[in-house]
Amino acid sequence: MGDKILMAHGSGGKLTHELIENNFLKLFHNSVLTKLDDSAVFDLCGKLAFTTDSYVVSPLFFPGGDAGKLAVCGTVNDLSMCGANPLYLSLAFIIEEGFAKVDLEKIVDSIHLAAMEANVEIVTGDTKVVNRGCADGLFINTSGIGLIPEGIDISGSNAKPGDKVIVSGTIGDHGIAVLSKREGLIFSTRLESDCAPLNGLASEMLKASRNVHCMRDPTRGGLATTLNELAQQSSVTICIEEDKIPVREEVFGACEMLGLEPWYIANEGKLIAIIPAEYASEILKAMRNHKYGKNAAIIGEVQAGYPGRVVMKTVLGTTRIMDMLVGDPLPRIC
Amino acid sequence: MKLVTEFRNSDMAKGLTAQIKNRSKRNARLMEFCGGHTVAIFRYGIRQFLPDTINMLSGPGCPICVTANADIDKAIALAQIPQIIITTFGDMMRVPGSYSTLQEAKANGSDVRIVYSTMDALKIAEDNPRKHVVFLGIGFETTAPTIAASILQAEENKLKNYHVLSLHKVCPPVIRALLNSGEVNLNGLICPGHVSAITGSHVWEFIARDYGIPCVISGFEPLDILQSIAMLVAQIEKGEAGVEIAYKRGVRSEGNLYALKLMEQVFEPSAAEWRGMGRIAGSGLKIGNNYSQFDAESMFKIKIKPPLEPKGCLCGDILRGVKTPADCKLFRTVCSPQSPVGPCMVSAEGTCSAYYQYGDK
Amino acid sequence: MCLAIPALIKSINGKEAEAEIGGISRCISLWLAPEAKIGDYVLVHTGYAISVIDRVEAEDTLRMFREMAELEEDPN
Repeated sequence: MGDKILMAHGSGGKLTHELIENNFLKLFHNSVLTKLDDSAVFDLCGKLAFTTDSYVVSPLFFPGGDAGKLAVCGTVNDLSMCGANPLYLSLAFIIEEGFAKVDLEKIVDSIHLAAMEANVEIVTGDTKVVNRGCADGLFINTSGIGLIPEGIDISGSNAKPGDKVIVSGTIGDHGIAVLSKREGLIFSTRLESDCAPLNGLASEMLKASRNVHCMRDPTRGGLATTLNELAQQSSVTICIEEDKIPVREEVFGACEMLGLEPWYIANEGKLIAIIPAEYASEILKAMRNHKYGKNAAIIGEVQAGYPGRVVMKTVLGTTRIMDMLVGDPLPRIC
Repeated sequence: MKLVTEFRNSDMAKGLTAQIKNRSKRNARLMEFCGGHTVAIFRYGIRQFLPDTINMLSGPGCPICVTANADIDKAIALAQIPQIIITTFGDMMRVPGSYSTLQEAKANGSDVRIVYSTMDALKIAEDNPRKHVVFLGIGFETTAPTIAASILQAEENKLKNYHVLSLHKVCPPVIRALLNSGEVNLNGLICPGHVSAITGSHVWEFIARDYGIPCVISGFEPLDILQSIAMLVAQIEKGEAGVEIAYKRGVRSEGNLYALKLMEQVFEPSAAEWRGMGRIAGSGLKIGNNYSQFDAESMFKIKIKPPLEPKGCLCGDILRGVKTPADCKLFRTVCSPQSPVGPCMVSAEGTCSAYYQYGDK
Repeated sequence: MCLAIPALIKSINGKEAEAEIGGISRCISLWLAPEAKIGDYVLVHTGYAISVIDRVEAEDTLRMFREMAELEEDPN
């Protein structure tokens, strides 16, 4: 058999079945998937969370991860941010004709490892192949279902004045790691993407206290954009202190060089939590005991005030608006 | 980060602020010429430190903002030539020309790539020998020598497919034009630190000598800007007008002689079109005849339609310091960073963008 | 107009140098600052060193700021 994906691999015929058998079923063992029916059928009782996301990252392979790992973690994290325990994922590929099989294998391997770490099962999937030039190598879509335990009510509209704002660790790692490999901008760094499944961390937080008002993972658009979304949803002001935001030296240096601010750079393994002040320190302690929350920090608080506004107290003690990201964070000379 | 975070110390900021407040008795209108200073002033809330006697004004030192529509149109026309790869600094992607942007041209199939440096553009030229790489040369005297160096490097490496569209400008003529217009009443000028690292301090002397306006060459960290304001206030209170270097760690009075030599070798002065200020003699840099094979304007037929100016946009007045974004009916209504009408809203250091992103203070 | 940041020269190869900027490294050009040496801090603008930073002046400036801050805290 050849080493490239062909149009025939997506046509539903023999080659498609061989691909599924040799590449997907070999790794994704579970009783639901192996039935190979048109739909995944399973029993679930309770309040469900359901999400979907598509992954079109370029480059596909970046320091600390790849599109496969991202596709699992992104969807697992979206479920976790609602307080759900992620259970099942669907997995759909759109592959460009001519894509190297060995790269597909690496990505499927990453999906398998990430799913194992997150303790989720891939229960249904789809594969399509498009003509050369019609996809940037590979696009992945994952949808996910999770169960929300009773008594959990986490939503972007729950933030209240007096609540503390916590971030689970250093910001900007993913975006800068990916940017460092982009043609035209290349620089060297040991920095890796922070791509990680956060359901374990979220679970520890909720064990420490169920009193979590909001959780969200600041992916594209960064910390600032996500804080703005939360402030708008809850109609509150969020006030952040610049010197409390954890930022790695490498991210700081890259941002200074390119004229970017770390709070506009994407993260793939961090969460923001908004928590009533009286529960903040116990939840923070639980976070710092988890491998994905070691650098967790309280970075600000929610205030009554202009609804939907985020302000930042700078390192100098002055205040400025911290708006959402507009457009792409483009490196600048000025 | 060494030599950066030390200059963002809040206790030292308090000390400098106290000095400014103690010294400043007379009302003073100070302009920061450089867009990079505008960004820093807003990003760190510098105005919040200043007494009511001091009024800050933003000047036209944003090379993106002052690029005329016709020049953006030329860049887009080049992008539409099939064998051309456009390489550009990120700032230029979303700037509206008369009809379109580079970002739209890219979406329509043009090969437009963002680079951090001309070094990256040269590499793209080496990796794509069958294509022509055109670098969009935007910027003042800080950036122009880097473009000159890239042309000389292309010559050294016998690279035949690297070209530059030179839209470079120089600062002193536009400052003279601004002061001659009588539209702006200034008591002091914060001079661009990195331009001065190249040019030296003498290029600003005419401002103090002919117009009686004190000048201080400033770095870009918040303490640098506060120090420069303190030094300007000191001159103003003494009734003096001279050129001082506050940014001593980065600027020598003679400037960077290597850089100046390269600029002289590759460029020659020309007239240039400045948004909001029209054509100013001697304010632009054209690639000299000896290097015409690197000049995109000589090598390619660039056809553009007559340029259009957006109705109601006050970028020109804002760049001249005679109006603020609050005076513009389009500000925050029609014109925003998501859908900018003029370049002052697109460029990270455009006045309108700074006001919008960071709030009015 | 002129984002330029301090970078530490770690090694030099002809007209290029490997420079460290707060934990990341990048190849920069010394075409405009051929006098730069290993161990110097330079101001880097779009990948080119445009000036060798005068460390003595930097220290003097910070010392002056420190003194002002102390005076402000305790005017006596």
